[in-house]
Parts: sequence; structure tokens; C-alpha cells
Amino acid sequence: MSTLSTLRLFCSQVLAILGKDIRYELRSKQTWLGMGLFALLVFVIFNFAFDLRVENRAAVAPGALWVAFVFASLLGLGRTIAAEREGGSLDRLLLCPVDRRAIYLAKLLGNLLFIGIVELVALPIFAALFSVPLFSGELFPIVLLGTLGVAIIGTLFSAMTAATRARELLLPLLVFPLIVPVVIAAVRATGALMITAPDEPPWLGLLAAFDVIFLSLALLTFSYVIEE
Amino acid sequence: MAVINKTGAPLQEAAAPVRRPSLPLASLLLGALAFAGMMISIWAIFLYAPTDAIEGLSQRIFYFHVPVAWLAMLSFVIVALGGAIYLWREDERWDWLALAAAEAGAIFTTLTLVTGSLWGRATWGTWWTWDARLTTSLILWFLYIAYLMLRSYLGKTSTSARAGAVLAILGVIDVPIIYESVNWWRTLHPAAEIGTPGALPPAVVLVLMLSLISFTLFYCVLLIQLYQLVRLQHLTSRLRARLQVVD
Repeated sequence: MSTLSTLRLFCSQVLAILGKDIRYELRSKQTWLGMGLFALLVFVIFNFAFDLRVENRAAVAPGALWVAFVFASLLGLGRTIAAEREGGSLDRLLLCPVDRRAIYLAKLLGNLLFIGIVELVALPIFAALFSVPLFSGELFPIVLLGTLGVAIIGTLFSAMTAATRARELLLPLLVFPLIVPVVIAAVRATGALMITAPDEPPWLGLLAAFDVIFLSLALLTFSYVIEE
Repeated sequence: MAVINKTGAPLQEAAAPVRRPSLPLASLLLGALAFAGMMISIWAIFLYAPTDAIEGLSQRIFYFHVPVAWLAMLSFVIVALGGAIYLWREDERWDWLALAAAEAGAIFTTLTLVTGSLWGRATWGTWWTWDARLTTSLILWFLYIAYLMLRSYLGKTSTSARAGAVLAILGVIDVPIIYESVNWWRTLHPAAEIGTPGALPPAVVLVLMLSLISFTLFYCVLLIQLYQLVRLQHLTSRLRARLQVVD
């Protein structure tokens, strides 16, 4: 088989699994509604915890935004493989003559899509609640790349923790230490939109570099994690 | 008795491929060497090494802190290498080595954080700062704990071994990235003073080298013991599983 037709087959496999997941989510509506409400609640809690005012807003707002995004993402990420396992469909998915990387990419794109929708709804609410001038076009690449970094690691590890009894406990313990660079870069890049500081490293470029490194590692190792 | 007959037969059968332990001469020799080295190091650290003119007595923590930190990092590399070779060769002995190194590494990382904190309190006047090395050590500690928790939740299975290997490989590549990104964020740790000539008096370098070698020997002894322990745990659980099948 030529390279092009292999690639076409791979893409159709990814799209088929992604389409299945989107249909499942649209019918059940469990994950993304829960994630969205959770993100809003984190904003409310942050408002009381830090008493956001004009003086400290620029320092605290990017952090509050990303804590809400990362926590909400993990809620959805934990369901990725666990939902398949509970429904008994994981074995059938693995029995399909499908490249393991196609399964991983489909799950990753699905997670990115649902987290992205939640963030799109949460961002204007955040901007309105805290009256921060954050809802600008420059924020979109930062949010996209930051979310991608969290989703890459989270999707990989959700496959590991799905087999355990304590997956809700274990997933954050595995994911949080590894996504530290992504969180630092995303928070700094978001902060730079509010106050321009001199001598800042190119955070957006670093964020993209971290994503590329993590994605290649995840694609290399996913088949070891998912096999029974 | 019937019970003994029932359980006795499979035990012998399963025990046959396991080598009878001979006297662990190499291990004993290494242990003796490590013990002697540690005794000489402790004498050298407290009595031979000169007292630092500025930092005073608390500078002697440095002779414990540096070897312990080096072994904490070495250990994580061993965990990742063991995991990678396990994924490649599918020989479970490499996984036992990785698990043993993770247990040793968790202890040494804890010691790194404790000795570093004590030194920081005496010298900087604070237990903790969010500088690159401190933050990276803390993340390393979290990774060790996450690794051990993941392994214990998944049990003694090949799923557990593969998941651990993937976590360690991701971790070993991520740790330098974490170090650099925190560095870009902010930093305060004293830079390494070994390379530049004349920065440290020769007596200090001598004691540091002695202490590095002794701690590394001690680590080797510990790693061998932990490896044997992990190996025996896996063999025992396998025997137990066979007994239940027979019952």
C-alpha cells in the first residue's frame, strides 16, 4: 500500500472514532456540561479566595483562569477511556484492526474539542465576571496550545488510570507534575497580554515546542499503555 | 496431613526454577566497603573538612546534600532506563530493577528536600524558595510518589510494569524541561562551584568526592537489596496465585 493511501486510511479511522465519541457526548451531555459548570464554580471560589480588585487583578486573573481550565479539563479527561471500559466497548475498540495511534489521536481530538467548547463558553463569562480585557484574538492560540498540552498528557494517562480502582484520585497525581512547563508557559503568556513585561522568553513558541515533544512521546508510548 | 500434601506439591514444583540462594559474597563485600566509606566520610565531614568562613557549620550539610541529590537524579534515570529496556525486551527483571530504583529514589529525593531545606534555613533564612532546582526536586519527588502509587494500584501485573515504564520515560524527558521552564520563570540557587578552579579549597573537594563515592556505594547496596526484595515479592505472589488455582 502506498504512503498516501495508508495516510488516508489512518485519517478515516481517526475520524470514525472521533465521530463516534462526538455522537456519544451529544446524546449523554454528561461530560461537557459538568466540566463547564465546574469551571464556573472555580471562578466563583477564586473570587472569594483572592478578592479580586483593580490592584491585584493582573497578577491573579491569568492564574485563576488556568486553574479553572486545568481542573475542568481533568474531569473530562478522566472519562476518556473509563467510559469505554464501563460500557465494555474498550475490548471491541482494541479488537478492531485499527492503529493504536489512531485511537489515541481520535481520543485526543475529542477531548480537545469538548474542553475547547467549555473554554469558549467560560472565557467571556470570566472576562465579564472579573472585568478583565482578556477576550481578545491573541488569547486563542494560547488557550488552544495550553489546552492541547494538558490534553496530550491527560489522554495518555487516562488510559493507565482507567484500569485502577482510584482513577479520579490517581489521574491528577500523574498529570499535574508533568504539565508544569505547560502551565507556566500558558499562565505567563496570558499574563503578558495584560501587562507587557520586558525580557520575557517567547512563551507561545515554548508552549508549541512542549506540545510537539509531549505529542511525539505520547504517540510512541500509547500502544504500551492500552494493551491488555 | 492432607492440607500439607495439597499445598506442598505445587510449592516444590514452582520453587524448582528459582535458583537456591548462595552466600551473597559480592553483596557482602560491597556492603562492607560502603560501611567503611560512610564511616570515613562522616569523620572527614565533621572533623577533617574546614569550617566555611561565611556559612559556618551549616555548610557541612553540603557534603550530605550533594551526594543524596545526585543519587535521587541517578535513580530516576535508572527507573526510566529499566522501563525502556523492559518495553523493548519484555524481560521482567528490568522492571524489577526499575521498581527497586524508584523505591530507593523516593527515599533519596525526600532526603534531598530535607537536607536542602535545613541548609536553606541556616543560610538563606528560609525553608523554601520557588527556584528552579528546588521546584524540580519537588516535582521529582511527586513523580516518584506517583510512580509508586500507580504501581501499587495496578498490582504486580504486566499492565502495571508498562504503565510505570511510560510514566518514567515521560518523566525523565520532562524533568529537564521543568528545570529550564522554572529557570525562565525565576531562580536563586547557588551555581555549581566544582568546575571552576580555585572556587573551592582542595580539602573541600576531597571530602565531597569521598562522600560522593561512599553514598554511591551505599546506594548500590541498597539497590541490590531492594531488587532482591521486589523479585521475591513478585515470585511469592506468583506462587500464591498458583496455590489458589490448585485449591
